[in-house]
Amino acid sequence: MSYTRIQQRMEVLKTSGRKALIPYIVAGDPALTVTVPAMHAIVEAGADIIELGMPFSDPFADGPVNQRGAERAINSGTTLADVLKAVSEFRNDDCDTPIVLMGYLNPVIAMGEAIFCEAAAAAGVDGLLIVDMPPEEEGALVQSAKMAGLDLIYLAAPTTTDERLQIIGKATSGYLYYVSLKGITGSSKLDTASVSKRVVHMRQHVTVPICVGFGIRTAQDAAAISSTADGSIVGTVLVSQVEELVDQPEKIPSALKAILEPMRQAMDANG
Amino acid sequence: MALTEQELRTLDYEPDTGGHFGDYGGRYVSETLMAALNELDQSYKKLKNDPDFQCEFDTDLASFVGRPSPLYHADRWSKAISGAQIYFKREDLNHTGAHKINNTIGQALLAKYSGKPRVIAETGAGQHGVASATVAARLGLECVVYMGAEDIERQSPNVYRMKLLGATVVPVESGSRTLKDALSEAMRDWVTNVDDTFYIIGTVAGPAPYPQLVRDFNAVVGREVKWQSKEIFGKYPDALVACVGGGSNAIGLFYPFLREAEVAIYGVEAAGRGLSTNEHAAPLCSGRPGVLHGAKTYLMDNNDGQIAHTHSVSAGLDYPGVGPEHAYLKDIGRANYVGATDEEALAAFHEVSQVEGIIPALETAHALAYTKKLAASMRSDQTIVCNMSGRGDKDIFTVAKMEGISLT
Ligand SMILES: Cc1ncc(COP(=O)(O)O)c(C=O)c1O
Repeated sequence: MSYTRIQQRMEVLKTSGRKALIPYIVAGDPALTVTVPAMHAIVEAGADIIELGMPFSDPFADGPVNQRGAERAINSGTTLADVLKAVSEFRNDDCDTPIVLMGYLNPVIAMGEAIFCEAAAAAGVDGLLIVDMPPEEEGALVQSAKMAGLDLIYLAAPTTTDERLQIIGKATSGYLYYVSLKGITGSSKLDTASVSKRVVHMRQHVTVPICVGFGIRTAQDAAAISSTADGSIVGTVLVSQVEELVDQPEKIPSALKAILEPMRQAMDANG
Repeated sequence: MALTEQELRTLDYEPDTGGHFGDYGGRYVSETLMAALNELDQSYKKLKNDPDFQCEFDTDLASFVGRPSPLYHADRWSKAISGAQIYFKREDLNHTGAHKINNTIGQALLAKYSGKPRVIAETGAGQHGVASATVAARLGLECVVYMGAEDIERQSPNVYRMKLLGATVVPVESGSRTLKDALSEAMRDWVTNVDDTFYIIGTVAGPAPYPQLVRDFNAVVGREVKWQSKEIFGKYPDALVACVGGGSNAIGLFYPFLREAEVAIYGVEAAGRGLSTNEHAAPLCSGRPGVLHGAKTYLMDNNDGQIAHTHSVSAGLDYPGVGPEHAYLKDIGRANYVGATDEEALAAFHEVSQVEGIIPALETAHALAYTKKLAASMRSDQTIVCNMSGRGDKDIFTVAKMEGISLT
C-alpha cells in the first residue's frame, strides 16, 4: 500500500529529528470564510498536520470552549459538505499539509459513510478521527475509509488498559492520539511528566507515532510534551482565540499564527 | 426485519457482549470513558448474581419504595370509554412519585458496592434528579444533578426538592438547555472524575451497559404485573401501554412480557404539536437511526446529522433519542410505537384526574391518551395495563400556567 500524506509527513519529521505540531480549529467557526485563510496561516506558523473540526451539536467529549466553537459554526450554517468544500479550497494552494477531520459519528452517518469517505478523499482529506467511534464499534465507516485510502486515527487515554492499547494500536493508522488527561478538551491539569511516562509505556504496544493532545496551552507545554511524544496537538487555546475575535474575524489568521509560532520554536529548540 | 411470532417467543432479548441489541446500542463513546464503562460492566455482571446485593435491592424496594405497587382497575374510566378494561400499574405511588426510584436504588447500590462516594445524575423533569438525590441522601453519598436551565424554570418544585435532599443542582446553559444537554454535561463530569464518581443515568439510553442495567432494575414493574394480572383477572393482559421518553418505565413493564407474543405492546412517544410538524419528541415514530450519547438508536436530527431541538409539553419526554432496546423492538416488530400530542395528553391529564381521582404526570398522560383510543377499539372482556409511571404533583404549575391560572 502506498504511503498516505500523514505517513509521509511523519517519516520526514522522524528523519529530520523534529516533532509534529498539530493545531485544531473548528471548520466554519465563526464563519466558513475564515477557515481557509486560518488554515494557511496555521501552516505558515509551522504546523505539520491540521485537525479540522466537523461541528456537531452535542459534542459530549469536548469542553465548553470547543462546544461553543461548534455552536458558532452550526449557527453560521456550516454543513459537513461545507467542511469538505473548505478542504478542497485549501488544497488549491497547499498540496502538502495533511488534513485530519475530527468530529462525531452522527453527521457522517447522516451523509452516508461511503459517500462521506469518497467525498472527503476527493476533497483532499487524509485522515479521520471520530471521537465517539472506538475500535469495538467499527462498521461501515472503517470499510469505506480504507477503500478511500483515508487514515483512521484512534484515541488512547490514561485509563486505557494494555489489552485495549493493543487493539487500538492495531486499528489506528497515521498516528495515535493520546488524550493527556482524564477529562474533556480544555481542561487545565496537564502533567507533562506523567504523560512522558505513559508515552514511553505505550510504545511497547503501538508502532505508529504517538501525538498528545488535551491541555496543551503554552510553548513550554508543547515542547515538554514533544520531548517524548511524536507530536503536540493544540486545540482549545486556538478556539478560545477565535472566540475572542468573533467580531473581528479578519484578525483570526494572524492571531492563530502568533500563538503557534512560539510553540514551533520551542519544539524545534528541544532537539 | 420483522420476525415471526415463533421467533419472537424464543428470542432471549439480551444484548451481545458489546451491549448491542441487534444493530443498536453498543458503546459509541470517547476512549476516555471506555475504562469506566468496562469497569461498570464487570461489577454489574458480578453483583447481578450476588445474593447480598439482590437482597439489599429487594429490601429497599419493599421498605423504602413501598413495593409492590398496586395494579388498579380504572373502573369508571373503562366504563366511560366502554371498551377494554383498563388497569393502572401504580408507579405513581412509589416513594418520590415515579418509577425512577427503582432504577436509582439499583444504581446507587452499585455505587456503594464499587466504593464510589460521589454520584452524579442528569434530569429533565426533575423526577430522576429527585430520585437520585433521595437515594444519595439515604446512602450518605455526595450528589450532583445536572439540569437544563430551561427545565429548571419549568420544574422549579423538583429543583427545590433536590436541594432539600442535600444535592447540588447545576444549571446547564449549553445547547438547547434541556435534557440532552444535561446528559452531555453529566458525561463530561464523569470523564473528569471517574475515579470517585458513579454516574446514575436516568433512563435506558446511553452507552452499554446502562440500557441493560437500567432495564433490569426497572423490570420489577413487569414482573409484578405478571403475577398481579393472573391474580386479579386470571390471565396476562391483552395489551401493555407506557409512555416513552428514554424508555425506562416502558421497558420495565414490557421486558418480562417480551416472549409472551400474545400480549400486544405499545410505547407512546410525545407527538408535541403533531408528528407532521417538527415540534415533537418522537424519534421512533418519525426519526431515523443514528448515534447519540454513546448508543446507536433512533433519534431526531436534521439532514446534516445535527441533533434536533425537540418539543413536548412534558419535560421528561423532551429528548431527541430513545433507548436502543426500543429501537430493536420496533425493527423486529415486537412492539408498536405511536404518538400522543400535547393536546391529547392534557385532555387525558384532566380526564383521569376527574374520573379516577388520580392526577397523572404529564409524561404518563401521553400513555393514558393512547390507552383511551386503544381501549375504545377493544372488547370489554379484554384488558389493558397502562403504566402510571408518575404522579402529576410536579406538573400542576405547568398545567395551570398553560391554562392562564396563577397559583401564587
Ligand atoms: C413520570 C415519568 N414518566 C416517564 C418519564 C420518561 O422517562 P422514561 O421514558 O425513561 O420512562 C419520566 C421522565 O422524567 C417521568 O418523570
